[in-house]
Amino acid sequence: MSFTPHTPEEIREMLATIGVGSIGDLFHSIPKALRARSFDLPPGMSEFEMLSRLHEMAAQNGRVVPFVGGGYYDHVIPAAVDHLAGRAEFYTAYTPYQPECSQGSLQALFEYQTVICRLTGLEASNASLYDGGTALAEAAMMALRVTGRDRVILDGALNPFHRAIVRTYLANLPVEIVELPPVNGMLDRQSLAGKLDDRCAAVVVQNPTFFGCVADYSDLAAQVHKRDALLISAVYAVSLGLLKSPGEMGVDIAVGDGQNLGNHLSFGGPAFGFIAAKKQYIRNMPGRIVGQTVDREGRRGFVLTLQAREQHIKRHKATSNICSNQSLCALRGLIFLASLGKRGLVELARLNRDKAEYAKRALAAVRGVSIPFDVPTFNEFTIRLPKRADDVVASMLKRGVAVGVPLGSYYPGEENSLVVTVTEKRTKGEIALLARELEGALWN
Amino acid sequence: MSKMYYTKEHEWVKIDGNIATVGISDYAAHQLGDITFVELPKLGKTVKQFEVLCAIESVKAASDIYAPVSGSVLSVNETLNTRPEIVNESPEEAAWMATMKMTDPSEVAKLMSRKQYDEYRKGL
Repeated sequence: MSFTPHTPEEIREMLATIGVGSIGDLFHSIPKALRARSFDLPPGMSEFEMLSRLHEMAAQNGRVVPFVGGGYYDHVIPAAVDHLAGRAEFYTAYTPYQPECSQGSLQALFEYQTVICRLTGLEASNASLYDGGTALAEAAMMALRVTGRDRVILDGALNPFHRAIVRTYLANLPVEIVELPPVNGMLDRQSLAGKLDDRCAAVVVQNPTFFGCVADYSDLAAQVHKRDALLISAVYAVSLGLLKSPGEMGVDIAVGDGQNLGNHLSFGGPAFGFIAAKKQYIRNMPGRIVGQTVDREGRRGFVLTLQAREQHIKRHKATSNICSNQSLCALRGLIFLASLGKRGLVELARLNRDKAEYAKRALAAVRGVSIPFDVPTFNEFTIRLPKRADDVVASMLKRGVAVGVPLGSYYPGEENSLVVTVTEKRTKGEIALLARELEGALWN
Repeated sequence: MSKMYYTKEHEWVKIDGNIATVGISDYAAHQLGDITFVELPKLGKTVKQFEVLCAIESVKAASDIYAPVSGSVLSVNETLNTRPEIVNESPEEAAWMATMKMTDPSEVAKLMSRKQYDEYRKGL
């Protein structure tokens, strides 16, 4: 069966029109190693054969106890999340094209926006974005639009992947991106002071930082506002059960990845990104926004609102070219937060923090291991090893433990540092195993 | 004595000495439908004639508003922030959007009188 409708004749014609010799030439810019080696697929299997094969493959994975975070986190997902999000009424990943016909979907997104506002302490949320990294880039572009300036200052303690995404998104804009190397796992406030001027649209930080350090950016907000710039903060949603919210700190735009809110790890996605801002910036917000209104008879209803910002109306002058959201994953975030409730979220955050503190003490007691930064942390923290962290990670994997994220690839000079994450799912026994195996990996 | 002029993009401008007051024509307001938001220009912004001055959103569309003359923005009509519907109610009086300090009075030669504008509109 052919999955493309074109005849060989048509393909030849199209290639000739654009002046390309063959299909292979058309894709020559893709490195050879990344191109498909062959499209000769093996013959089809029955359902039973296929399932057996997949089980066999899955069984090769083996059991590894994960202490890896760095943006994606292994949290408990209540059964209600899979069950409700899997209902046929919701089970579509896309924005409906006649949105007001789908009042249920719009209501769910409206409730989602409400929980994101409560979580971040900010006034306005959109109906979600792709992920934490793209949300950060959208926030930076939003600040550029709001201020009409052309420089963005990124804290080097931000997730390095997210910083790379910001650079990619902004690559073709007449914008300067300044990155400040972190000091002790946090923003270098001293060198920031010298960089904050009238060209600066936004200062972008993260809490906790990629090193796990918890910060209070309240004074920074005041400092940034004095220069009429915006403060953008990436946040770890679950940590907000315990930490001061962006709104409380005076942050203008908060973003984050929604994976930790009820979405499976699944090798890195799909999940969603959230963005929330002070109300005065809502017209510069990207993406879809659901509003609550009343119909002709006074009954409550939901609409997509402020659409004049969007590309189907404002064309090339739209605030963003994003018209999609991650409805289904955002819905999972909503169900997750609603299942936990306000107290549940606080309890979850506290469990994370307590277990991480316990693990921190256990690891500090391992010979040769030190805790370099003496600051509060949430559920992840940096440890320094007497050897290269890459090597330790490799030998720990053989011992059945994924010990953390080595920092050397992202921060020159930190080759011996490792970020360890401990969620509520890690047991006392697993933490003991971590400490014991680390001792073994370092000294045996 | 002030004089009103119009542009092909349906802005009006009232000239008082070197002060120009800018808005959109009743025809434009009617065509746009219910106005939901006026994005006023920043104070001090300088623009050349027929460059984008600010923007307006209605239930149907989002459009740019072009500067009828070159100059810098002296003041904006803050009332439109909370009551954009004035643009529909009184487009050529209460709903002025900005006043500008004109830099080149000779530019009015490129604008239309009300009579010329009415003729122009009939041809659309």
